[in-house]
Amino acid sequence: MTNQIQRPNQYIGQPVVRQELRRLLEGKGCYVDDIQLPRLCHVVYVRSPHAHAKIINIHLAKALQVDGVLKIATGKDIAAICKPYLGVLSHLEGMKSVPHYPLAIDRAMWNGHPVVAVVAQTRAQAEDAADLVEIEWEPLEAVVDEELALAPNAHILHPELGTNLCWEKSIDVGEVDLAFEKADLIIEESLRTGRHTHVALEPRSIIASYVSSDQQLEVWHSTQSPHMMHWILSHHFDVPESQVRVKAPDVGGSFGLKIHIYGDEMATVGMSILMGRPVKFVADRLESFLSDYHARDHHIKVRMAVSKEGKILAIELDDLQSMGPYASYPRGGVNEARQVFNLVGASYGVKNYRARTRAVFQNKSMYGQYRSVGRPIACLITESLVERAAAQLGIDPLVFRKNNFIPQNAYPFKLVTGPTIEILSQHQSIDQLIELMDYKNLMIERDDFRQRGILRGIGFASFLETSSPSSTMYGKGGASISAADTATLRLLPTGSIFCTASINDFGQGAQTVAAQIAASILGVSIEKIRVVLGDTDASPYGGGNYGSRGTSIGGEAILQTAKALKHNIIEFAAVLLSVEPNQLDLIDSFVFDTLSKKNLISFEALARQAYFNLEKIPKEYTPELTVSRSYAQRDFDGVFTNGIQASYLEVDPETGYVKLLKHWVLEDVGIVVNPLLLDEQIRGGVIQGIGAALYEQCLYSPEGQLINGSLVDYLVPLASEMPDIVVGHTFSATKISELGAKGGGEGGVAGSSAAVFNAINDALKPMGVHVNQLPVTPQRLIQAVTKNS
Amino acid sequence: MMQLVKENIEITCVINGKSVHQTVLSRMHLGDFLRGQLDLNGIHLGCEHGVCGACTVLVDGLLVRSCLMFAAQIDGCEVQTIEGAVEAGAVSLLIEAFQKRNAAQCGFCSPAMILTTAEIIKNTDRPTREQIREAISGNFCRCTGYQAIVDAVEDIFDQRETNR
Repeated sequence: MTNQIQRPNQYIGQPVVRQELRRLLEGKGCYVDDIQLPRLCHVVYVRSPHAHAKIINIHLAKALQVDGVLKIATGKDIAAICKPYLGVLSHLEGMKSVPHYPLAIDRAMWNGHPVVAVVAQTRAQAEDAADLVEIEWEPLEAVVDEELALAPNAHILHPELGTNLCWEKSIDVGEVDLAFEKADLIIEESLRTGRHTHVALEPRSIIASYVSSDQQLEVWHSTQSPHMMHWILSHHFDVPESQVRVKAPDVGGSFGLKIHIYGDEMATVGMSILMGRPVKFVADRLESFLSDYHARDHHIKVRMAVSKEGKILAIELDDLQSMGPYASYPRGGVNEARQVFNLVGASYGVKNYRARTRAVFQNKSMYGQYRSVGRPIACLITESLVERAAAQLGIDPLVFRKNNFIPQNAYPFKLVTGPTIEILSQHQSIDQLIELMDYKNLMIERDDFRQRGILRGIGFASFLETSSPSSTMYGKGGASISAADTATLRLLPTGSIFCTASINDFGQGAQTVAAQIAASILGVSIEKIRVVLGDTDASPYGGGNYGSRGTSIGGEAILQTAKALKHNIIEFAAVLLSVEPNQLDLIDSFVFDTLSKKNLISFEALARQAYFNLEKIPKEYTPELTVSRSYAQRDFDGVFTNGIQASYLEVDPETGYVKLLKHWVLEDVGIVVNPLLLDEQIRGGVIQGIGAALYEQCLYSPEGQLINGSLVDYLVPLASEMPDIVVGHTFSATKISELGAKGGGEGGVAGSSAAVFNAINDALKPMGVHVNQLPVTPQRLIQAVTKNS
Repeated sequence: MMQLVKENIEITCVINGKSVHQTVLSRMHLGDFLRGQLDLNGIHLGCEHGVCGACTVLVDGLLVRSCLMFAAQIDGCEVQTIEGAVEAGAVSLLIEAFQKRNAAQCGFCSPAMILTTAEIIKNTDRPTREQIREAISGNFCRCTGYQAIVDAVEDIFDQRETNR
């Protein structure tokens, strides 16, 4: 994109403001719950109060008498019209699960499992009736401890599997034992991360409207992937694909929450099919905690062998991931384990690597992808060991990293675990970070505070992100998830451009990014571009947004589509005006002659001739002013990106509180299409990771009851505790696409937990203690401090 | 038919400058009333237990969470929602500043964030960044890093100083 001549309407790389933001800021957004339809009714769910229990009987008589109740259905009723689903990805060897249905039928598998659907004219009526549904339960032993779940005498959740183990993978490459024998230093650690969840502010919500006369199923869904839902609804409810429409209106945040299949949402579609009228489901916050997917629940044992010169010699890892009762559909739910397994030590190209990862079924909420799947954990593991090794050897932690990074001349670099890294800018990121944070003076300041007995710490975390996944992520394993994205552009009669694409927007600014790319290629002012996303009737087929691919994959599809339309516009003008096409360019809504330096014809005049008055066009020529192009990343399993984060904070050992003072991020996302949107998206990611580091955890009682299922008890980052975050960028060029963008949506969260964790442990150094569990709550911090004193 | 609690209460109040006379269910919260009965959808329900702040409105000039008040309690009160604030032109500079700073992403918390920050601007002379952070700490945003919001509010004070 660098060799273009100076010209107007060049938006790539510019901080273009989101025009659609005004509507949202003024309260004129339209989220699923804002949509009203004729004959719309409301469904609420009776959920299991037990972690694991047999359903003996369900009594509906009292509930059916409540005013306004229209229909009540049980698991059997929904199962009769919905094919079961199995969350196993076939390319993950040995992965096991069992098929399941939207609602529990004979057994409830977690506290919150939906059991009965109650539909009434109003939501309040449905809630009243739900209170009167009587279920006879026989509580069963619940599996709530990951390690006990694998014990020989453990209660087995799915007897047909004979084990609670969903998936296991091992590797042993290089000379691991030899490396540990030769090591001058071995750092050994047990780490624990806190199970937490997305907490998108708009809860999950869906309206399904089924018209039996012609089998039309129309769905408004707060989702990341309308086309994926389109396939799933058609397939599982046996509605012809041609009769299904899925629309994602404004989506109030997702972060991976809304790419999964939820039983209550599927049952809402089922109720609409059974009733032949529109049905709305909006989760409330309490049931969100009980039924949203959870993530990041890992027990980790790890050790690292290091030479006295500070070279990492080997890593040995044992990771245990706690899940829900089933593999999640359609994405499997073990991608975290997969990413941790692949990426521990990857920044440093560790060659002697022995690892085992296991994912275990539990009687807890369903489990799966959350923004930056697995990477924050891989980063925490690697980077906490790196900082401890550096400290013990008396080597500066940034120097230690630089000495161990994959050498810059070694790319593309194949990891021992399989994936290939195209290129990174790790060394550059450290050089820039030192400048950005004024590292030397900050160390002086920290040490100065230390002298005065105030515990300040600086922590770093170098992170890897995998973005822009190819079809080896899901499709190879049988999942009906598109790895390709597609865009369509058309020239409209007044010379403006209509753009639609299979990516969609839930806050990132995909509409603006799409318009920036299309306008830049087509040489039109950005105001002339209308972008429509998130409607399977309007947009071409594709994956939607997951795995940081909106800009990198969707953006490239838009770029290629715009180039094709540009070609067609120029060709049409050349035919019409009898000039050579290769002397023409598009500038400011005109076809421009690069020889005479004159505008030859406006887009509007061209479009009028193509659509309204075709007389001057030679008969054998047809102008094609609507074009579509697709793009899929097929060079790598995923496109790796990198960055480094630093946290500066103060620990109060008496209260256990951590005060965040400042945070720095350097991230390489290749070409930055819009720095204004990207930088605050990175900051948002950073504070999600800070939430994981300090506050967020879904707590279960030994019986499997979720005990902090409200925003009062489950803490999230609020403005008053968050630091200012300085964002910068390094650059390494990817060859995967012409646009040159790598994914940037998740990197913020990949490194921030580890940076904060490392800073806390740096602050605690004078006390000779360290913490090893996230979140670092005041209680845990005080325990760590008092243990030693 | 079984009759559950269904007591109706008549209320008269002023909402966004217009007199409103409605019958409400005694158990209905203000957020549900404004959204469900008056189509004021700029209020969003993020938790319905008073933490997230997405349902914030002004009642008699004070910021309140509409999920923590019964609709019946606003009898005789004056209520302003984001729709009213926009219509009155009271938040146009702020909205512009939010847009320029990209201080919103999904937009679900944003109307409430606008109302809350408008109060800071009205009631404070020149707050520090920490004070702005403190003042918006009752509004949960999961998308931004809050920093762009603080920047947008500071921009308004900067403009105010330049115009003095």
